[in-house]
Amino acid sequence: MPRTMFEKIWDAHVVRDEPGEVPMLYIDRHLTHEATSPQAFAGLRARKLPVHRPDSVVAVIDHNVPTVPGRRLIDVVDDQSVMCIETMEENARDFGVKLLDMNDADQGIVHVVGPELGLSLPGMTVVCGDSHTSTHGALGIFAVGIGTSEVEHVLATQCLLQQKPRTMNIVVDGVLAPGVTAKDIALAVIRKLGTDVGTHHVIEFSGSAVRSLTIEGRMTLCNMAIEAGARAGMVAPDDVTIEYVRGRRFAPSGELFELAAAQWKQLASDPGARFDAEHHLDVGELVPQVTWGTNPGMVADVTGTVPDPAAESDPATRAGLEQALEYMGLEPGQRIQDVGVDTVFIGSCTNSRLEDLRIAAGFAAGKRVAEGVRAIVVPGSMNVRRQAEEEGLADIFREAGFEWREAGCSMCIAMNGDRLAPGERCASTSNRNFEGRQGRGGRTHLVSPGTAAATAVAGRFADVRDL
Amino acid sequence: MEKFITHDGIAVPLARTNVNTDDIIPARFLKSVRRTGFGISLFANWRYLEDGSTPDPNFVLNQPGYEDASILVAGENFGCGSSREHAPWALREYGFRCIIAPGFADIFHNNCFNSSILPIVLASSEVDALLGSLEPGASTLHIDLPEQSVTTGDGSTFRFEIDPFKKNSVMEGLDNIGWSLSHKDEILAYEKRRRQEVPWLFP
Repeated sequence: MPRTMFEKIWDAHVVRDEPGEVPMLYIDRHLTHEATSPQAFAGLRARKLPVHRPDSVVAVIDHNVPTVPGRRLIDVVDDQSVMCIETMEENARDFGVKLLDMNDADQGIVHVVGPELGLSLPGMTVVCGDSHTSTHGALGIFAVGIGTSEVEHVLATQCLLQQKPRTMNIVVDGVLAPGVTAKDIALAVIRKLGTDVGTHHVIEFSGSAVRSLTIEGRMTLCNMAIEAGARAGMVAPDDVTIEYVRGRRFAPSGELFELAAAQWKQLASDPGARFDAEHHLDVGELVPQVTWGTNPGMVADVTGTVPDPAAESDPATRAGLEQALEYMGLEPGQRIQDVGVDTVFIGSCTNSRLEDLRIAAGFAAGKRVAEGVRAIVVPGSMNVRRQAEEEGLADIFREAGFEWREAGCSMCIAMNGDRLAPGERCASTSNRNFEGRQGRGGRTHLVSPGTAAATAVAGRFADVRDL
Repeated sequence: MEKFITHDGIAVPLARTNVNTDDIIPARFLKSVRRTGFGISLFANWRYLEDGSTPDPNFVLNQPGYEDASILVAGENFGCGSSREHAPWALREYGFRCIIAPGFADIFHNNCFNSSILPIVLASSEVDALLGSLEPGASTLHIDLPEQSVTTGDGSTFRFEIDPFKKNSVMEGLDNIGWSLSHKDEILAYEKRRRQEVPWLFP
């Protein structure tokens, strides 16, 4: 019986699956951070339980860290953030868990660090108390975001109780035009299929356009799968995946690597495997995408206009559009390229990897950030930061007038001192344009790193294909 | 865990789709290392005016008659976005025991069960009917988990589906961790076998 990639990984991880119960799934890698884990560790203490397999857990401090250059604990935004950081340090020490603290050379955003260090490997099950855990699926991993009670459950048992999700194949074909990237594919998918198309499903991304992406591009695509409502996003491992993993610090080496790689090559969905749902998208004509509203499905072409709610026949949908436009301070029919920005944020687990910074630097080189625009670049990890400095990307950004920051979640989530003021408009490479996400009253437009950098220079949304 | 068998309460309409967990509790309020203290920040950006503490009279929870609401009726895709369990913690601490919507985001749905909130999925048309009928202070719903039904004040009854394992856990107030630990021998046997099959996952 032909099986999908997801089914192969699922079958290999089922510990117990009895009628009338929720299946018990074994977890290979548990990544954790300071914002969603304290209550879970406190629960273990209350029950007098150890962590079942401390060697499977890696803790990172990312949501609450300041990103100001040369940061120290005194730079942390408030006492409660300090408490979150210190609690993570104490929990890692007490329970024997590896910690990448604020000053660690490998510190960074949990979803950037995991693949970068070879902590996330093809064929694994990976969990983290964070919805964007779907990012790791780019390597052929079943990677799911979980709540804090589930974090405690995995710490105590190494297992997750999980109803088996349905499968969905999103086939993306076509050759991307220059300047159009994985982020534009992700936004186009959600624009076309909606923010809840993936509910109860694991999405496998396949097709020629997906195969042609680098692993970093595939991570961006899988990262945004959660914005389509999916339980997880995945891309089948291929030679590109295996070369990406080879030589990473916590990946197997030598003969063990070759043994592992041979297994990883068997993970792809079998020919004839059946998915519960299937969608097709051709990206040959795709242009850069920009969100105009307050969810990641409210998307326009960069060459397009803000929609007119009056053209919408369904009253509930019309009210939703009106509400979004009011919050965003936009007029129906306004050209996207006429909309000016106050801030540009390049960073987050969606778009803060080296490839993203290279693309952005390409549009910043020899240019200046427009007058009155604040532009910040926040690398996803300290390793990305170092490499970007060695390659000269940091100099390009600084000379163009961008701020060059330390690694962290930064303005994606606004817990750490980096945030928008009420009414401020931002071109952001992050993943969520929800009301208040980047700071109360802040107005977020999701874009690719190239569009973000070009927009910083123009002071308004720019079409990278014109440059 | 609190048990849930039946519940009678005032229902409040939140006629929005895609209510996300940043709406339910903005990230700036997540910084407590405890499980409590989040109720005051529930829907903070909608519930309070710019000063962050004066109730906004336009927001439904602040309208007379809904002070003691314990059932929330909302639109499609409720609880999307961040995995933060602080969202159901805030809803529970405010006083909600049950949320009715045409659909929930998966992580939020799981979190509700772990936070003593019953999420109920009804058909879109049924939720629309409920949303349209709710009057401040007057609309009490009766939730019966064993019967899997929601009954309105005028006697209309809507049936809902729920996973039998979860239903039993909620009704008994059972703890998932205790249940899983009772199968520890199976977990250890699995690990022993996997150490042979995929040694690189057990360094």
